[in-house]
Amino acid sequence: MNKLGLLLLTAATAFAAQPDMPRYRWENFTTANGLPDNHVFNVCVDGDRVWVGTENGLALYENGKWKSWSTKDGLAHRAVLFISPDKRTGDVWIATMGGLSRFSAGRFDNFTQLTSGLPNDVVYGVSVQGDFVWTATAAGAGRYNLRTNQWSLFNERNTPMYEIWTYAVNAGADKTYYAVWGGGILEYDAKTERWKDYNDPDGETEMVVLKDQGLVHEITTSISWMEKQKILWVATYFGASRYDGRNWKNFLEKDSGLPSNFINMVKGVDGNRAFFCTDKGLAYYDGTNWAIYRPALDTHKPEMLIRDASGKVTRMDAATAPAHHYMLGIDFQGDDIWVATAEGLSHGIRER
Amino acid sequence: MKRLFLSAGAVAAAAFLLTGARPIEEHYASPIELALSPDNSRLFVVCEGTDEIVVFDTATNKLTRRIKVGHVPKSIALSQDGKRAWVANSWTDDISEIDTAALEVVRTLPAGFEPNAAIPDASGATLYIANRIGNDIAILDLATGQETKRLQGGRGASYLTSSPDGQRIFSTHIYPNVGHFRDQPESEITVIDARRQIVSDRQPLHNSAGVFHLALTADGRLGMAAELRPKNLPPLAHVEHGAVFTNSIAVFGDDIGGSVHVPIDELDRYFTPPFDIAITPDRGRAFISTTGSDSITVIDVPKMVAYVKSLDADGRRLLATDLSASANYVQARIAVGAAPKGLALSRDARLLYVANRNDDAISVIDTASNKVARTLVIPGPAKITAQRRGEKLFYTARFAFQGHMGCANCHIEATFDGLQWDLEPDGFGKDIVDNRLLEDVEETAPFKWNGTNVDLEMECGPRTEKFFWRAESYTPAELSDLTSFIKAMPLRPNRYRPANTELTASQERGKAIYERTRTKSGAPIPERNQCAFCHSGPHYTNLELADVGSGKPTDRSPRFDTPQLNNIALTGPYLHDGSARTLEEIWTVFNPKDTHGVTNDLAKDELNDLIEYLRTL
Repeated sequence: MNKLGLLLLTAATAFAAQPDMPRYRWENFTTANGLPDNHVFNVCVDGDRVWVGTENGLALYENGKWKSWSTKDGLAHRAVLFISPDKRTGDVWIATMGGLSRFSAGRFDNFTQLTSGLPNDVVYGVSVQGDFVWTATAAGAGRYNLRTNQWSLFNERNTPMYEIWTYAVNAGADKTYYAVWGGGILEYDAKTERWKDYNDPDGETEMVVLKDQGLVHEITTSISWMEKQKILWVATYFGASRYDGRNWKNFLEKDSGLPSNFINMVKGVDGNRAFFCTDKGLAYYDGTNWAIYRPALDTHKPEMLIRDASGKVTRMDAATAPAHHYMLGIDFQGDDIWVATAEGLSHGIRER
Repeated sequence: MKRLFLSAGAVAAAAFLLTGARPIEEHYASPIELALSPDNSRLFVVCEGTDEIVVFDTATNKLTRRIKVGHVPKSIALSQDGKRAWVANSWTDDISEIDTAALEVVRTLPAGFEPNAAIPDASGATLYIANRIGNDIAILDLATGQETKRLQGGRGASYLTSSPDGQRIFSTHIYPNVGHFRDQPESEITVIDARRQIVSDRQPLHNSAGVFHLALTADGRLGMAAELRPKNLPPLAHVEHGAVFTNSIAVFGDDIGGSVHVPIDELDRYFTPPFDIAITPDRGRAFISTTGSDSITVIDVPKMVAYVKSLDADGRRLLATDLSASANYVQARIAVGAAPKGLALSRDARLLYVANRNDDAISVIDTASNKVARTLVIPGPAKITAQRRGEKLFYTARFAFQGHMGCANCHIEATFDGLQWDLEPDGFGKDIVDNRLLEDVEETAPFKWNGTNVDLEMECGPRTEKFFWRAESYTPAELSDLTSFIKAMPLRPNRYRPANTELTASQERGKAIYERTRTKSGAPIPERNQCAFCHSGPHYTNLELADVGSGKPTDRSPRFDTPQLNNIALTGPYLHDGSARTLEEIWTVFNPKDTHGVTNDLAKDELNDLIEYLRTL
């Protein structure tokens, strides 16, 4: 929360004066009610099913019940960092700290750097694009061809990737984007088979000198490609960016509704709206206004804040809150949202 | 005339180059699968040896048409109305679509690597294709002729069948799924939800390797899959005690509750390997072809179900190895021709057609009497060559003690089985060896992983008789026939380097690594530690023994035959004992001291390049 925001903070007494931001009733899951671990790294909605990646295995929430799997069941590693279902085949691809797993109707097939062409066992991200499975690893990008079982590796030798710590991948039909930790954004064009990089133009690691002139920071953590609108959302540890193919718009804690510049994940709703998982709560941006959902940082009581276009911040009544303010992942289920936090999984049930 | 002769020679040479196959003396039909038209008026016969579908009129028993299809066809399936048929051509990676009124191929559809089966869904809008080398099941939109998606099958996905209500597609696979070293083999029945077109279940088949056709009863409540259950972990010292294979059917479904392995062998006689299954519409009987035993096993289904139901959980588990159990449900054994494979049962269940692969003939069994009523012959070469005689010897189980097994039990359809065996009575766990592909091996002597067999005659003669058959020897003439067949076995097309194509950039880089003489730092690599030194020549072997550091304490010698590398991508696991599950593991796990080539200076993508090149060989 910036200083201006704090000064303008008022109690919510007149709803009509506030932007109409989504409100949620939060239900939280921990080891007490079914999760294999409270450290939740990722959540992925697959129709009626909710896949959850935790520090101690993969979990599935379906029909109100939990199932979970770990290494004894065949999972490559217990720490599940990212999950990506292949909607065509029904298989689920799982990025772990010890390799890539394919979970197919109860069978795990594992790919590691020792047993396959996978670049590295630390797999931060995975994304399915037709017959290709893209992976983001600690030693570059890898693309697995489902038809031929062949791997293509992309690193500093054949792309502009000057850092090879790829932290997230988001593959669309024609474009694939990588968030490279310390290396900005890489874009792969499937038609031209060429790579292009997007970097912080000022090169400053601690501050933004040239705001809106390019990517906000080189230490990128997440991307969200809105294929329909051709908009790219980017999360970094030093703010967020939105790119429309021509212009960049950057968001910082000091001049937006972001509760923190430290952002673990961004997920766009469309070209104008996005959710940001930060270390100080979940932020929602509707193109003009901002909302923050979290347990209060000091009292830990449920908190919802709205920041309008003028910068006025209003505290809304909130009876429930996500499990923790340290947010790592989010996915949508209709109007509901699911959020991965450091102390459990949270289901935000949209209220009308 | 001379010009014509030269042209024919050029065509033959071109064909040889394209297929990579050595010339074969004669082409025999080798019928392997059958299908009846819905009105039962026609019998379609898949002839893998002559690349054709042969059509018989079942009223006159006359051959009425020969339809040329792709190379090495493996299956045929008809639409429900019988107007279309689809043939899976395993070596040309495509599907021939046949108009059954015109009896001609009207369209050629794409498939994956080595399609072995293709069946339509209930609506006729979708074709499911099991790709054996691809280990997957392709789904093809028949309106557009385009593939829409691929589902992961079991390793060596080969056979498909639909549930009677069309809601589910079942697939089996002939090689066990890749597991851990010296674990028992695991297979599965892959179940596809036909509405959503996704894999909805994988029913495990523990200790199974070599699962062939699957059939369901008309009510869909009972399924049966033909399966080989190998005993490859203990030493192969007890052929006479049945300790090599159990020939079974995996029975599953609502009527059984779960699944159970039901043996079809007897205490002193084996019926191997079970291949195809046909169940009568009233689910009274099931017929199983047993290829090496030249016979059909007839199961009384109600008795079998009742017997299984009478067993508790322990009893069901023990049933898998109880060779006396078959007396409770095997009704008859019917002798047929050589190497019976595919079956087709008439609608009224009165006639059972059996494809006798190595006789080029179809046995027509009167199911009331369980006797062969007539035989339909597919005309072919008048001369039976040594190779053809050898082929029969390769498939038969008659030389082994109590008919236990034949060459084709381990070299499934003349390939391999993906298993590691403890072959000789040299102690438990000593000299474990991985099974190897037999194609194009004539010039790769010596044989056996320790190289002790100097030629195929020794490999297939005294050694085989001593360690495997333990009952009957080949005559010198038979041994000569057998080895002539093995020597003529052609190499299948390489899927990673199609004919007349250039290497990809990655494969080119891998080739440079394969042929390099210096490390990345410029240090010379000793000749004997260069890939291309030991793996040299047309088969990528210098035909010598080498110690590459892969020996285990249980091996009597660390020196092993340098294996040929042709089509190496197909034949995992690797190394002499199959301890490397993938090509990568040869170097990432089993080459810590650079004794199996210098690879530890390679970056990961460079190792990938090397492997991409190896796949093209």
